[in-house]
Amino acid sequence: MAEVKKNEEPRIGVFVCHCGTNIAGSIDVKEVMEYARTLPNVIVADDYQYMCSTPGQNKIAEAIDEQKLTGVVVAACSPRLHEPTFRNATKAGGLNPFRFEMANIREQNSWVHMHQPEEATAKAKDAVRIAVAKASLLEDLVPKSVPVEKAAMVVGGGVGGMQAALDLANAGIKTYLVEKSPTIGGRMSQLDKTFPTLDCSQCILTPKMVDVYRNEGIELLTYTEVEQVEGYIGNFDVTLRKKARGVITPEEAEARGIVGGGCTGCGDCVDVCPVIKPNPFELGMAPRKAIYIYHPQVSPLIYTVDFDACVKCGLCVEACGDKKAVDLEMKDELMNVKVGTVVLATGYDIFPIEKKFEWGYKNYDNVITSLEFERLICASGPTGGHLVRPSDGETPKRVAFVLCAGSRDNTGVGKPYCSRFCCMYSLKHAHQIIEKIPGVVPYIFYMDIRSFGKMYEEFYYRIQDEGAKFIRGRVANILEDPVTKNLHVNAEDTLLGRPIDMEVDMVVLAAAVQPTAETEKTRRLFGVSCSQDGWLLEAHPKLNPCGTTTAGVYLAGVCQGPKDIPDTVAQAEGAASAASIPIHRGEVELEPYFAQCIEEKCAGCGLCVNLCPYSALSLVEKDGRTVMQVTEAKCKGCGTCGGFCPGGAIWMQHFATPQIVAQIDAFLLGGEQ
Amino acid sequence: MADENWKPKIIAIICNWCSYAGADLAGGARIQYPPDIRAIRVMCTGRVDPLFILKAFQDGADGVLVSGCHFGDCHYLEGNYKAAKRMFLLKSVLKNIGLDDKRLRMTFVSASEGAKWGTVMEDVVKTINELGPSPLKEFAR
Repeated sequence: MAEVKKNEEPRIGVFVCHCGTNIAGSIDVKEVMEYARTLPNVIVADDYQYMCSTPGQNKIAEAIDEQKLTGVVVAACSPRLHEPTFRNATKAGGLNPFRFEMANIREQNSWVHMHQPEEATAKAKDAVRIAVAKASLLEDLVPKSVPVEKAAMVVGGGVGGMQAALDLANAGIKTYLVEKSPTIGGRMSQLDKTFPTLDCSQCILTPKMVDVYRNEGIELLTYTEVEQVEGYIGNFDVTLRKKARGVITPEEAEARGIVGGGCTGCGDCVDVCPVIKPNPFELGMAPRKAIYIYHPQVSPLIYTVDFDACVKCGLCVEACGDKKAVDLEMKDELMNVKVGTVVLATGYDIFPIEKKFEWGYKNYDNVITSLEFERLICASGPTGGHLVRPSDGETPKRVAFVLCAGSRDNTGVGKPYCSRFCCMYSLKHAHQIIEKIPGVVPYIFYMDIRSFGKMYEEFYYRIQDEGAKFIRGRVANILEDPVTKNLHVNAEDTLLGRPIDMEVDMVVLAAAVQPTAETEKTRRLFGVSCSQDGWLLEAHPKLNPCGTTTAGVYLAGVCQGPKDIPDTVAQAEGAASAASIPIHRGEVELEPYFAQCIEEKCAGCGLCVNLCPYSALSLVEKDGRTVMQVTEAKCKGCGTCGGFCPGGAIWMQHFATPQIVAQIDAFLLGGEQ
Repeated sequence: MADENWKPKIIAIICNWCSYAGADLAGGARIQYPPDIRAIRVMCTGRVDPLFILKAFQDGADGVLVSGCHFGDCHYLEGNYKAAKRMFLLKSVLKNIGLDDKRLRMTFVSASEGAKWGTVMEDVVKTINELGPSPLKEFAR
């Protein structure tokens, strides 16, 4: 094992935090502090109500100065929370911040052994002893600064991604907006109206789409997916796959030397295309050709060939004529971009509500989802805005809305969480049919109406006044009358305490939202964790809701958890702001947990070189022998090499072998046997 | 050594990004578990030199837990795979020196699995309690 790289006599100060009663409620803090005084190398020990407070931090700085400390231990909460705070306090006292070590006696002690004060106190003493052992061997370290690429990437072109891209570009940062579908706009472009203001969704969205398209700072990459991500904050090296679109833009035409060519969005190709497919934008309720645009307001207005459907008859090529915009031989292209930071805004999918078979979606014609309702009630939708029953095209007069369809569902079939915006859009749906269909009655089956936003509760009252009927109860099942195709909704009215069997013409299921099918792939590409319900995990639920545990990667919108449009846009602006900070600073500090080669011990075997996932290690000739060399800019400090070196020739800074062995020894050999 | 006052001494070497965060989450959620395990934080389970574990057993540890990210989730891409391979091999070494290989355990607990961390703690303590004190304890320095 490597020798200790130091000559000084360790002088350690220990500070034990009460954290109010969070720690002191189950741990005898005074006893732990008195115990610390008996430990080798401990010069001073103290306790305080809140070590993280200014007086608490001052205690550290003063002790360093007065007692000429060489190391500091704070026994308090998790280092994941306050290590930066106490490192700064250590620095303020004139000591290198990496001379600090934390003993976690809250998250991993007082909070998990609340009813075992004796055992908790004993465990806290051990934790302090372990920390003192490490602090006695800590060395000065200097963080490494690396330059940050002056560009950002936003993944996902929904309203959140567009907002983030606009903010970043308007802050002067070159921004790549990557969208997997042929157009930006996302889910919001499928909606008819938005609650509670009843703004037309497209009317407020399309100006933003145009802004994005026109913004010189944004390189819009639609029909493009992220293929590979390498690097780290400041220097992400991203490979993108530009899927073969089959149609070239005017710019691409110019590059190919076709004067005045490229797609102008005229649509002549569509008229001649013989292939008819369901349009996914209309949720399959309308047809589209093999060459298509999703809807009239797409941005960019460039047609796309669905190569899975195309029969390559070439009629579109003929119809396009001299513009030569259609290229049926087009292949996927890979492109590389270098960015400093990344915002993920990858959105959501609708929960497949047919899994709740008792509601008969996909079995009964007149049971539809809320998103299908949005398309049916939308003036640009497949029915021109007339809500009709899919079974017979009649206008429904009694419409049931089933809330929490798959949300707040602990049966294991649906999702345990609240999808957060279904209550409000269902209220809006009720309003829309009252407005459009004279004499219609909306029946809203709810568990609780969650109208928590600005002007939301007022909107709820308004819909009540407009005549919507509210029935508090979860729908047990829905049965179809095979002759009339009417539906019988069976539920318990929990306010009246009696069962109901209500005949209606149509049922709208407010289906839950769930993480997209690609979420797993996305999070692995970017090294982001996900929470238990599958949404991407934020760095801290309250204090860092836009960040992730991977430095330089930020989250916006529903990919992090269900949220409505205002919250999505707000988070997007937050994420853009966070993503712009490292870029504007121009450099980021990397924690100096690098591997170092102890050359006199290195046999030059090269085993470590192949272990490194970042290719940070290499073999070099030095003084006539082969030794390993670390490229610090590439090393991320995982220690995989250090855990394997047969000669103990790798010194992992801050997690060095003697330091860890000292911790093990301190626990097992120190203290009471 | 096997007196009735015996309490197991178990050391957990856990990674910063998944298991340590999961353990913190268990704390936030006030999930209660047995207090017999002491944790040492490393950045990645890939850092865990098998010698650390042998040293712990030599020092008289009754059990050692190594806990990291799930496969595919490693903050450093593949450190947990390498750790798992090493632990697997180390188990056969332990058997050869006459130590029950159940005294060494590797688990995978993510940053969002606070409840799972509690279960792991219960489980490890139960296993070690069943095995009793380590036979190497009397040789500990």
